[in-house]
Amino acid sequence: MINVTIDGKTVEANPGDLLIKVAQENGVYIPRFCWHDRMKPVGMCRMCLVEVEGIRGLPPACTMPVAEGMVCHTETPAVKQAQDDVLEFLLVNHPLDCPVCDRGGECPLQDTTLAFGPGESRFVEEKRHFEKPIPISDVVLLDRERCIQCARCTRFADEIAGDPLISFVDRGGHTQVLNHPDHPFASYFSGNVVQICPVGALTAKPYRFRARPWDLATVETSCGQCAVQCRGALQSSSNRLVRLLGVDSDAVNHGWLCDKGRYGFEYVHSDARVREPQLDGKTVSWPQALDAAADALRSARDLHGAESIAFLGGARGTNEDAYAIARLAKGVIGTDNVDSQLGDGLPAELILGVNRAAIADLDTAAAIVLLAPDLKEALPVLHLRLRRAALECNVPIIDFSSVPHGLTREVTHALAPLPGEQGKRAEQLVGALNGNAADAIVAAAAATIAGRSGNIVVVLGRSNLAERSDATVQAAAALAGLANVKFLSALRRGNVHGALEAGLAPGILPGRVTIEHRDAVQQVWRTAPEVPGLDAEGILRGAIDGTIKTLVLVGADPIADFPDRALAIEALNAVGTIIALDGFGNASNQRAKVMLPVTMFGEKSGTTTNLEGRMQRVNQKVSPEGIAMDDWRIASEIALRLGDDFDLELVDEITAEMIKVSPALAGATPALLASSHDGVRIPVREHATEIKVRKNNAGLLDGEGAVSWEPIKADVEAVDVELATHESADESADESAGEAGAAVIDSGETPSADKATITAPTAEASATVAPTAASVLLTWNRIAPSVSLPGRDAYAVRLVSGPALYDHGNAVNASASIVGLRGPSKLLVSAADLQRLGVTNGTEVHVASAKGAFNIAVHAARGITQGVAQLAMGGERGANALIDVGSSATDVRVETIQ
Amino acid sequence: MFTDANKKRATEIVALYPKAHSAILPLAHLAQDQDGWLSPEAMDEIADYCDTTAADVQGVCSFYTMYKRRPCGNLVVSVCTNVTCLVVGGPEVLERLEHKYASDHDVFVEEVECLAACGNAPSMQVNYEYHEHLTPESAEQIVEDYKAGRLVARGVSGGLA
Ligand code: SF4
Ligand code: SF4
Ligand code: FES
Ligand code: FES
Repeated sequence: MINVTIDGKTVEANPGDLLIKVAQENGVYIPRFCWHDRMKPVGMCRMCLVEVEGIRGLPPACTMPVAEGMVCHTETPAVKQAQDDVLEFLLVNHPLDCPVCDRGGECPLQDTTLAFGPGESRFVEEKRHFEKPIPISDVVLLDRERCIQCARCTRFADEIAGDPLISFVDRGGHTQVLNHPDHPFASYFSGNVVQICPVGALTAKPYRFRARPWDLATVETSCGQCAVQCRGALQSSSNRLVRLLGVDSDAVNHGWLCDKGRYGFEYVHSDARVREPQLDGKTVSWPQALDAAADALRSARDLHGAESIAFLGGARGTNEDAYAIARLAKGVIGTDNVDSQLGDGLPAELILGVNRAAIADLDTAAAIVLLAPDLKEALPVLHLRLRRAALECNVPIIDFSSVPHGLTREVTHALAPLPGEQGKRAEQLVGALNGNAADAIVAAAAATIAGRSGNIVVVLGRSNLAERSDATVQAAAALAGLANVKFLSALRRGNVHGALEAGLAPGILPGRVTIEHRDAVQQVWRTAPEVPGLDAEGILRGAIDGTIKTLVLVGADPIADFPDRALAIEALNAVGTIIALDGFGNASNQRAKVMLPVTMFGEKSGTTTNLEGRMQRVNQKVSPEGIAMDDWRIASEIALRLGDDFDLELVDEITAEMIKVSPALAGATPALLASSHDGVRIPVREHATEIKVRKNNAGLLDGEGAVSWEPIKADVEAVDVELATHESADESADESAGEAGAAVIDSGETPSADKATITAPTAEASATVAPTAASVLLTWNRIAPSVSLPGRDAYAVRLVSGPALYDHGNAVNASASIVGLRGPSKLLVSAADLQRLGVTNGTEVHVASAKGAFNIAVHAARGITQGVAQLAMGGERGANALIDVGSSATDVRVETIQ
Repeated sequence: MFTDANKKRATEIVALYPKAHSAILPLAHLAQDQDGWLSPEAMDEIADYCDTTAADVQGVCSFYTMYKRRPCGNLVVSVCTNVTCLVVGGPEVLERLEHKYASDHDVFVEEVECLAACGNAPSMQVNYEYHEHLTPESAEQIVEDYKAGRLVARGVSGGLA
């Protein structure tokens, strides 16, 4: 640490930190336009000029690293004069059309001019003129007259997103931001430039002219479109969601959002929403619908046994929803045929039972092993974090992908296994680390790892949905044997990790335990399964062979999402009764006997858990469409009708019950969850020291000053958090009952504004809490199925498939602003295979597998191995129409159409 | 689109630099010599050679006024009217040529700043080939000679590969 004096106050700083940041952290705001804390400084706008003793002239504070003994002044007459001059210059060409500008009211240029500017302009000449907003992509519009050339947008596109599709064009007075005429700014992250532009030059179609900032009400919440769960500020006007802004969470998203998250909430208000309960296709009242659902479940159980009932889904709601569904299925009905993953994930024991990494661990890893789908498509902001780790923190990436993907350029060692051979390749890497390398590539990768200290972080997901998960599990088993290895889950669906933690998987109970450890839930549950049930594939096969007679779809659409569509269709046609909890009708629930409309994003509060096991609060902003109900409430109403009264009225009560029966959550309380910034990581006791508590109980977005163009930082402070025992968790829930949904709940004796609700565990208390966390938590046994790949047919290509960001789900289909961004499906092959087919790029060809066939355009893609083809999931021409989930590889014939 | 010969040239030019990105300017000259201007398609193609995006190429190239981003015929005639040329008849040369070729789509006459040939002012360039000591008449004759093929410019990318 060094000492720096700013405006007469001596403060401590890290050598090399930028003066503008050191000043800000010590309460001195130096005005700026171009500097952004998450990007490299450029010193372009000159708004941050300051005086530094011993330095001639006025250096920009944003490019000036602090040094020992530096003395800086930010309010001298010279600095004031410079600020006046810079603003007067910036306004020379600025149109000042604030009354019709979307940024008006939250515009940094307005605010800075008011606070630091001269108040009048001497410029009487004609300003420069450009055509008023021109689209630079399907979503973003650019008004070049308003631009002040700060380069935030162009730097974001290049440095952060890696999509340098906009850049400065021309020079001098004509300098403007522009895309190339044939290439729109079609970045998955384009919305971020709108948020960080310090003027109204960049606007986004979905929000343009929809609201004025002072009419907006805001809550902090997490995006739920994928398992990253980026933090966001959700804003509404007149009870409609109008905007989601990124909140700067150090742990998760660094302030960024992807466009699907940012604009894809429109589905919430879509006309296609199911707004009222339906019975046999007719609108009914809630009591009628709930009675019918309960009757169906009761008679199925009585006639055919609990095992004839299965639950699919639950990964789209909150943890509380998932927990209540788990309790209904496993604790009331008594079936373990429950799966929140739809054959597109990994075994729950693996995900819950390995040593888990946090997203931030990427930055300090010895190496990142990438054993995951294309993260740019599946988990966009995680993709940004990996890019950062590779480019900013110089962490090497060892890649197990069989096809090129969004991070291919950043990969250090590409092990390039053929589809299905990830396990074999991982064993070779482990072999190389133990001194016997199979080839030069693994040897080089092993040498890179050996030359660095820190953990190996394996980003683990399904790198190929066109094969069984076996090869990935095998690879994970090999890698899990290494010392210093941590796994960052890359499962995709919104709250799939919360659902797994809540027990929505066969053989699993809430709190990262297997059904052998029933004692925790039995404090509350009437029953608990004794033998592990079926996973999604087993459930669908059970429906076909008649053992599964009743299927409850909890926000699940297996026909769209299960990798083997033919199997899903057969199963959904065969099953006797379908009960659906969903916000939308879809192919899978169209036959549902009972349709129960559920609340969706922004309509409910509770907690969710992201891919690093971070549990955070999500908050309600608008009232539900129609008479939709929270899933957890539906579950408890059905349970009541089945004779089991959950006695849960408020979401905090259910959070508290979930904590009480979940060994991995031991120590948390609803109050702690509400007051902690960045939430808590599971297992809570293991990560207690990481918990940060908000200084201000009000929460960061309450009150004035929620500026959107600078990283929205929370007001946090590290305090020593002592975790609660189960009993105190219980109490705090009771006390919180009166103000559920409010940001923070006082509890007991220490309602000091600065402290979280904390009750010290006593030896006695811990003794009475049945499961002591560490002992029962699941540990993966590293048993991997063997992989036997079918022989290669010389005329077939082996398929690799993963999700696309703009997929065929409801969130995209029912969000007008992004549905148009979904491109047509195409089959990607190697140039050699394209030549072998004798066709040119874009030609329609016929693809056929044992499961299905269709015509599709074929394109050659750089980096694809001969004999391998790539096709995304979903839609008419999706890979799921070709995949046989029973096979460890999907080979497809590609033929020209005569 | 580069011709086959220029594709080969382009590959050779890229190989001269440690980073492909550095070849943007020479490739832009090559494309302009070939097409007479730097078309969006050419910038796109250059981006592929230089491992970057077309927007980046456009940004770099638009900084330099010598790259023409709209078609300007076969002959670019740049007439200097800066101080030295101004006092010895540059503006007259410009006026004559502008008038004469106002509706000739093959000849693009532009006014430029000092061409660093003040010693023999007034000066102009035709496709970046220098011509000095001009009168309005001699300038017109020179342009006519180019039009008739009696004079041929060597091209800016000539010495690069
Ligand atoms: S458009 Fe906005 S962010 Fe981009 S350079 Fe202009 S003012 Fe800056
Ligand atoms: S990366 Fe995922 S969580 Fe983040 S904004 Fe996009 S969809 Fe939402
Ligand atoms: S903020 Fe320092 S120059 Fe722009
Ligand atoms: S002033 Fe014309 S060449 Fe220098």
